[in-house]
Amino acid sequence: MDAASDAVFFPAGRTPANNPLLDQLPSYQSLLYRRKPSASGSTKRRNSSRGRFGSLSSSLKWSLGKEGKERPVVTQRPVRELPKSMDNKRKDRAQRMQHDRQLAGWAQWRSSSVRTLRRLREECVEGLRRLQLWRGEIHVIEGMFGTGILSYFSFLRFLVLLNFVIFLLMFSFVILPIIAAPHVSGNTSLNRADGNECNQYPPTSPRGLVLFHQHITDLLSGTGFLERTYLFYGYYKVETIHFHKYTYNLPLAYLLVTVTYLFLSLVWIVKRSATGFKRKLVQDEDRFQSFCNKIFAGWDFCVTNENAARLKRSSLLYELKTDLEEERIKQKMAERSQKEKCRIYMFRLALNVFVLAVLAGCFYSIYRATVYSQEAQMRPPTNFIVDLIYEYLPSIVITLANFITPLIFTFIITFEDYSPAFEIRFTLMRCVFMRLASIGVLLFSLWSQVTCPETNCPCGYNHEQYPCWETHVGQEMYKLLIFDFIIIGAVTIFVEFPRKIIVKYCDCGLAKWWGQQEFAIPQNVLEIVYGQTICWIGTFYCPLLPAINTIKYFLVFYIKKVSLVNNCRPATRPFRASSSHFFFLAVLLIGLALACVPVTVSIAQIHSSHSCGPFVRYNTSWEAVPHAVSQLPQGLQAFLFALSSEAFAVLFFVITCLAMFYVIALAGAHKRVISQLRDQLAMEGRDKRFLIQKLCQAQGSLAGASSRLHRTTYSQSDVGGYRGNHQPASTSSSEVCVVQAPPVFETQA
Amino acid sequence: MGTTASQLPKELLSEYQELTFLTKQEILLAHKRFSELAGKEDRHHPNPRVPMSKILMLPELKSNPFRERICQVFSTSDVKDGSLSFEDFLDLLSAFSDSATLEIKSHYAFRIFDFDDDGTLDSSDLEKLVNCLTGDTDDTRLTAEEMRQLISNILEESDIDKDGTVNLSEFQHVISRSPDFVSSFKIVL
Repeated sequence: MDAASDAVFFPAGRTPANNPLLDQLPSYQSLLYRRKPSASGSTKRRNSSRGRFGSLSSSLKWSLGKEGKERPVVTQRPVRELPKSMDNKRKDRAQRMQHDRQLAGWAQWRSSSVRTLRRLREECVEGLRRLQLWRGEIHVIEGMFGTGILSYFSFLRFLVLLNFVIFLLMFSFVILPIIAAPHVSGNTSLNRADGNECNQYPPTSPRGLVLFHQHITDLLSGTGFLERTYLFYGYYKVETIHFHKYTYNLPLAYLLVTVTYLFLSLVWIVKRSATGFKRKLVQDEDRFQSFCNKIFAGWDFCVTNENAARLKRSSLLYELKTDLEEERIKQKMAERSQKEKCRIYMFRLALNVFVLAVLAGCFYSIYRATVYSQEAQMRPPTNFIVDLIYEYLPSIVITLANFITPLIFTFIITFEDYSPAFEIRFTLMRCVFMRLASIGVLLFSLWSQVTCPETNCPCGYNHEQYPCWETHVGQEMYKLLIFDFIIIGAVTIFVEFPRKIIVKYCDCGLAKWWGQQEFAIPQNVLEIVYGQTICWIGTFYCPLLPAINTIKYFLVFYIKKVSLVNNCRPATRPFRASSSHFFFLAVLLIGLALACVPVTVSIAQIHSSHSCGPFVRYNTSWEAVPHAVSQLPQGLQAFLFALSSEAFAVLFFVITCLAMFYVIALAGAHKRVISQLRDQLAMEGRDKRFLIQKLCQAQGSLAGASSRLHRTTYSQSDVGGYRGNHQPASTSSSEVCVVQAPPVFETQA
Repeated sequence: MGTTASQLPKELLSEYQELTFLTKQEILLAHKRFSELAGKEDRHHPNPRVPMSKILMLPELKSNPFRERICQVFSTSDVKDGSLSFEDFLDLLSAFSDSATLEIKSHYAFRIFDFDDDGTLDSSDLEKLVNCLTGDTDDTRLTAEEMRQLISNILEESDIDKDGTVNLSEFQHVISRSPDFVSSFKIVL
């Protein structure tokens, strides 16, 4: 077989009897052409090229052989994976059973047990799937609005799960030991205050008669009765817990849990995005398959809602048109003259400066609002409402800024003359930047309030205003989170719902033009990523924040579902499930990176409070780790020091680089193989067409010769007949050509 | 096989479970829906066929532009009228179910998109496909120039052996790299 298939590709080399037909094959011609440069005698190149073809043919042979050998033992694949009708599947199964019965006892037992195990596993998977959160709801949403919107909701579900796991971590390693200590006769030793001015932590709100509205303020801003609970950092004053034989080092646990939840989030997100990223990496070459993806996988078969189907249709049309348009625009861009280019670049530069100015304005107002609100909180309370507004001033300004700037950005982008797809992406990038940077600015302004210049700073931080600054930051984060939730709920009830009512019952042109609220996925995702970033930052200062966030997202799911079903219409330009999946996780990753910075800085740089929290004894929170290490046995200490030394870091870096280079080289090699195989396939296609042509010619001449006998005409219809033979259901034409060609020539050669 | 006594024998049920990707509940639900469609006239017929016009009334298929093709592909009827028996119906649901393999799905997708049943997707098939997707009215159709450009783009991307048509293995290759396909080629009863 090997010789035979070699003969197909090298008829001249193997067999002296030249076959004129094979010599004319395009692939043979090009092979000859390739050989020519080295025809002078060196056979190296020829061998290599031959090796390539040889390997291909041998792999072909291998697959053929495998197929041939496997035919009697087809049980490897379940019957239901065959694309046949039920009757045929049943026959197949009966045949297999028959075959099984002929087997020896052990083999029979094995195949039947394999079948039972498979069935069992499927039932387990099915059962587990039923336990999944919101399975039914997500199913319904998928059925009504398709996969784009589904991906938003499954993203939300992922975040609920993530927050819950973070909460479990915090709860089991920090809160549970404190709660459990008195019950298992564990001794807790508290950090004691010794009268130093740094150690003063007076209660903020006056005790005694507390008005009812004060409770609401406390609940919304985390002050008063909420301040000294498990909710905030300041409450965790325990230093060590002594169980019978074992001492639990709470500061260390607190720190390690913080590092762990950040790291866990990173790993989880990366793992989730890995699949999408792999796909992106493979098809990075100039948007390969974008059209095929739209056409072949464009229709969402889940869509049952008539309205959604109409929308899907028009959005597909829109997408196709814009894509085609984009290609034309690209051509136009390439033909742009020097002067025009100059003008556009100047214009873009000016607009970008303007965008920066807008951003700077927003950031400055956030900064001012934060400082002002901090100062106002120091004053004695005057009026319930005014105080609450002062408390929430930063949140209000941030929300306002995030509401207005996207409108400005979408307006500006039309003048910048980008391609349509890039316009959307660029606006989104600006919005992401705005959202996340506003948290950064808020934290920066808090930081500038908390720290103080070296000279008049006996405690290392502004202890007069903030005796327990960690709790204070925790309160700010708590307020942001609560306010975000209130806004989400309020927008649904007080903006979207009335809008829908107006559009539905008011016939005037303006209302019709305004239309229903669109369910814009990017904006919604940004909203929840913003909440998640706050949660990541805040968990260190407010250990129960993940629990609150879990509840928040749990409720947000239902709010969004109601809003989607009742108030909104799906966006006219929908997000593709695949690209959106990657986009969500990328934005989330940016949020995580942003969250790590303030947490790291505050752990490693800023003086921890001397009056509250687990790190009273240390200058910075991180000192808890060296302290704990110094109490370890000598050998382990040496090992840990070695791990953190520069020498190890360099070594680690070098090894990582080497591994990376290896992977990059591998990817390059694979890419080259792919392109070679592609050429090969194109060549086969040309061979096939050539052979069909020859076949038609031969049959035509045959028909001409024997037309008197048969009185049948072969012509164009013959090609159709040839194609018709390809059993639409069973084999593809390329398989017919590639697989069946060798035997035909085997006989000829 | 009536609407009231819509019980499947236990052996048959487990056989269907083995031959399709559907779970027990899904098969039972499918049976219920199918019996409702079949109505009373065929109650005594052992293996009733539901005509295509009735299948198309299913809400799951009503807004699907490929609904007629789907019926024709899954029908085992001798007269090629697109009518479905219960087993054809199960085949249909199995191919569109959550757990069906990519290979099955792409195979049937290919047959659905192959409007003239000749085993390859040529430019006329692609044109029909695009028109199905965008809606076949004058103001939603692409212009001839756009259509030409689009089809040449599709062929450039997917026609690996450059013979001007897309065959099954090329189609499956393209589909295997299309991330949305598996999630969107699904019908939930």
